[in-house]
Amino acid sequence: MAIWFARSRNLVSSLRQNLGLSAILIKRNYTSPRPVFTNYQLSSRVFLNPFTSFRHESTAVETQPDLVQQSDHEDDAQELDFPGGKVGYTSEMKFIPESSSRRIPCYRVLNEHGSIIPNSDHVPVSEKLAVRMYEQMATLQVMDHIFYEAQRQGRISFYLTSVGEEAINIASAAALSPEDVVLPQYREPGVLLWRGFTLEEFANQCFGNKADYGKGRQMPIHYGSNQHNYFTVSSPIATQLPQAAGVGYALKMEKKNACAVTFIGDGGTSEGDFHAGLNFAAVMEAPVVFICRNNGWAISTHISEQFRSDGIVVKGQAYGIRSIRVDGNDALAVYSAVRSAREMAVTEQRPVLIEMMTYRVGHHSTSDDSTKYREADEIQYWKMSRNPVNRFKKWVEDNGWWSEEDESKLRSSTRKQLLQAIQAAEKWEKQPLTELFNDVYDVKTKNLEEQEHGLKELVEKQPQDYPPGFHI
Amino acid sequence: MASLLSRFCRKVAVPGSAHGARMVSTTTSCGSETVKSLNLYSAINQALHIALETDPRSYVFGEDVGFGGVFRCTTGLAERFGKNRVFNTPLCEQGIVGFGIGLAAMGNRAVVEIQFADYIYPAFDQIVNEAAKFRYRSGNQFNCGGLTIRAPYGAVGHGGHYHSQSPEAFFCHVPGIKVVIPRSPREAKGLLLSSIRDPNPVVFFEPKWLYRQAVEEVPEHDYMIPLSEAEVIREGNDITLVGWGAQLTVMEQACLDAEKEGISCELIDLKTLLPWDKETVEASVKKTGRLLISHEAPVTGGFGAEISATILERCFLKLEAPVSRVCGLDTPFPLVFEPFYMPTKNKILDAIKSTVNY
Repeated sequence: MAIWFARSRNLVSSLRQNLGLSAILIKRNYTSPRPVFTNYQLSSRVFLNPFTSFRHESTAVETQPDLVQQSDHEDDAQELDFPGGKVGYTSEMKFIPESSSRRIPCYRVLNEHGSIIPNSDHVPVSEKLAVRMYEQMATLQVMDHIFYEAQRQGRISFYLTSVGEEAINIASAAALSPEDVVLPQYREPGVLLWRGFTLEEFANQCFGNKADYGKGRQMPIHYGSNQHNYFTVSSPIATQLPQAAGVGYALKMEKKNACAVTFIGDGGTSEGDFHAGLNFAAVMEAPVVFICRNNGWAISTHISEQFRSDGIVVKGQAYGIRSIRVDGNDALAVYSAVRSAREMAVTEQRPVLIEMMTYRVGHHSTSDDSTKYREADEIQYWKMSRNPVNRFKKWVEDNGWWSEEDESKLRSSTRKQLLQAIQAAEKWEKQPLTELFNDVYDVKTKNLEEQEHGLKELVEKQPQDYPPGFHI
Repeated sequence: MASLLSRFCRKVAVPGSAHGARMVSTTTSCGSETVKSLNLYSAINQALHIALETDPRSYVFGEDVGFGGVFRCTTGLAERFGKNRVFNTPLCEQGIVGFGIGLAAMGNRAVVEIQFADYIYPAFDQIVNEAAKFRYRSGNQFNCGGLTIRAPYGAVGHGGHYHSQSPEAFFCHVPGIKVVIPRSPREAKGLLLSSIRDPNPVVFFEPKWLYRQAVEEVPEHDYMIPLSEAEVIREGNDITLVGWGAQLTVMEQACLDAEKEGISCELIDLKTLLPWDKETVEASVKKTGRLLISHEAPVTGGFGAEISATILERCFLKLEAPVSRVCGLDTPFPLVFEPFYMPTKNKILDAIKSTVNY
């Protein structure tokens, strides 16, 4: 453990250098006179009163970032006291520009050809771990493919894939501890897969049969497992974010060596709950890792229609939250970033924000045909040339840890297992009718008892009105 | 306003365990328990002290609760239990409730405060789509039963649109939560403790008009009043009146006036609106043959409609007259027009008479 922390400090400081950002990324000391703004280039035009010409203030990259503060030794005379704390003042009217001229760069470890970029910061991944990660990424691909087809065949009512986001799913899960509580959005079944949820268990939920832990109450892909510390998926977007802040706070109060980890898409960051969740986590100093899968699309809404900021990573600072942008298609980068973020969250009892850049290769869901709003070429490009599974596979293969034989064995056995799981789930007994009425409250209330009684009579009298197989 | 109904020694539950074990109703004489004259906010404050005292995994938070709250319901809690358990939150109702759901989902009791019921709507998604369905949708793998949402509601004389609302009807339409409204300090303490300890998320509306106005003898010990049990607080034979919260005071005055004119009124405090005690109301209406419901919230779509429809189904042949609803008007809650908007004693009295003389 001690070794990891030492490395992490080095990792963290070299991260700082490599990404070329100032001190704010890692350590913010409010008492020091050092400024806390990033290296913004102020190219705003300052309009003074109409009787003076406007000053066109265009600055190249400043060597000192404190463009809105006076120099150090003038500090004492030039500070103002406000409820929020001391703040320097300036007589120059400068607007912080709406965007930095340089976007926050994206942390990556593997290049597109699956080789580790020399001198990159990363947490080493053993052969055992790497092989497991790859196997799970491939399993997720097969699972997505087969369940998608099952929906097309009318065997399940709905499905949504994580195609293109396998690295985010698996590598982030691999970087967490089993005690970390996960609050997903809905495109993270790989996290549950990593934690040990079986293909049969996935199938049972999709079919809503008697073995489904959710008791058939929700649409497919709304998985949940208390055993695996994976909160049940709910369709409303971003509602899990303030809940994650509460979960993190609970873990902190219990002094657990664990954090809350919650996922959101690019679209979800527009919801009010995103603001609520991040702000609460920051104010309450809750150990939460917020992972945003920026995959470019919220159903048919491209990110250019979603926000005008430099993505999501820049929003972290607005809440006082440490943030990083990561190449979400690079399994090693995802793994390293999530590991680091998780350690920070737990040891420093603070939230961390990770924006993972990726692409949603699949349609939003089986109810969507994304060729209606984006080019088939674009989809194809990301599917083939920017495929996270292939990229990681290359690295694993180059290390001599994986062969084509392993590949075909894995794919065929997983496929077989899935088909069997689907067949079994399809035939499995249905939920008894009483489960319609249980769990609304901890104990069935009188009105529900009456309604259950009434329904049972109805079903017995006119069974042809109702689908068969639901035992009374 | 006079203290409410303290002349009656009514049924109170014996103190239940901290984990909400089954409560038993017994009648006790008012003299045998240590009681103290308290107003509503003090009674609520006492309940919160007891809740935090008896369960170390309970939390109280919301806007401004740290210094005691804008209605002083949370006085002394932060000093006594510490800022880790009693704290201010950012000004964000959806965050307050969402955070509370997260805490509750981890097995804690989260007693959250929404500063005015008028501001509960940003949290509506979290309450309806998340809290109410948390247990059901997970197949009982997860639950947020430890969540209790407290909010002051109702007319206060000068509150206008945004400090007077009675939004209970919205929440009564949501399977999975409970809605509880106390009528007095003594009731509030027992009902709040029950709500906090109930293993389901509860929305607890407190009649802000009564925070200072209502004073009652409140037992000092830890006691709970059962949820989903309505109470006949005044017996009568000619007509049944059903209400909740501050409105019961007004209804009681109408009952007294009606009695002078020879009409015997039975008055029921519903206490829990969801799930509500249909049996008690049904039994009463089968006896009297007449029903009048009164609430401050606008009449259209108000909870009175649910009571009316249910009683009609169950007591149709026993009814001597249509069910009467004396409620707020179908307008946003007005400021200068409040005395015209409100379901006043005389409006109720008129309705009692016309129902009896139908």
